[in-house]
Amino acid sequence: MNATLQKETRATNERETQFVSPEVNIYETKDGYILEAEMPGVNKEGLEITLEGNEITITGHRHTEPLSSQALFHESHNADYQRVFELDPAIDTAKVSARMDQGVLKLTLPKSERVKPRKISVD
Amino acid sequence: MNSLARWQRPELSMWPGFGRLTSLRDEIDRLFEEPLAALARSSQLLSGWTPAFDVCEDKDNFYVRAELPGMRKEDIELSMHNGSLSISGERKSDEALKEAEVYRSERFFGRFQRTISLPTQVAVETIKAQYKDGILSVTLPKAEEAKPKHIDVKVS
Repeated sequence: MNATLQKETRATNERETQFVSPEVNIYETKDGYILEAEMPGVNKEGLEITLEGNEITITGHRHTEPLSSQALFHESHNADYQRVFELDPAIDTAKVSARMDQGVLKLTLPKSERVKPRKISVD
Repeated sequence: MNSLARWQRPELSMWPGFGRLTSLRDEIDRLFEEPLAALARSSQLLSGWTPAFDVCEDKDNFYVRAELPGMRKEDIELSMHNGSLSISGERKSDEALKEAEVYRSERFFGRFQRTISLPTQVAVETIKAQYKDGILSVTLPKAEEAKPKHIDVKVS
């Protein structure tokens, strides 16, 4: 099964918004896929996940307040996070679930029942 | 930007960013202290993790903010030594996914350490730290003697 969360297409900057791309890990288990995305500074409320066709878009809005006082150094980005993935058709999009824990999004994308490996017992 | 650029596994990364210089220095320090074999096993010369830091100050405090997504609070260590703040820790991968097939691996797991020296003395006993939404925020009050003083001079 090589049609995974296959090719990744970068979000087009239609609205002139600048995004940074979160770092992700993607795993496949027999039940489905797990996607972890690093989005420090984003909580549950700042998270937006949209499914459209066979594409899933993850957007994370940071809620950290900008550095108010005098900055000595500044390495973090202020931009929001966004990344788009193409989904394996085997994924049951109705059952996708998401969890946010300490700035890491964990998406669980189960495969639909009909594509899961099944044992057929012989009578 | 080409999306393939992100593809490289962290351990193959040959481009240490600016922030990596500190960890490179730490590695060089270690190079002289540890047998080479031990280093080869755990070497992060070419990879490693240098979390992004923001440091700012006002009249009374220094504020350090570090992006450390996906850690457990108890795996983060903070220490002060000679006016330098060290933040270190270990990020562990999800045991439940050990057996899973990996399709993409961009996140770093393992130990990291970063040290920043603060320009003035801080009151070590009253340092406060909070970890929320993957961001560690540390407030370091400046020592009384380091604060700018305002002296009223009366001119008569």
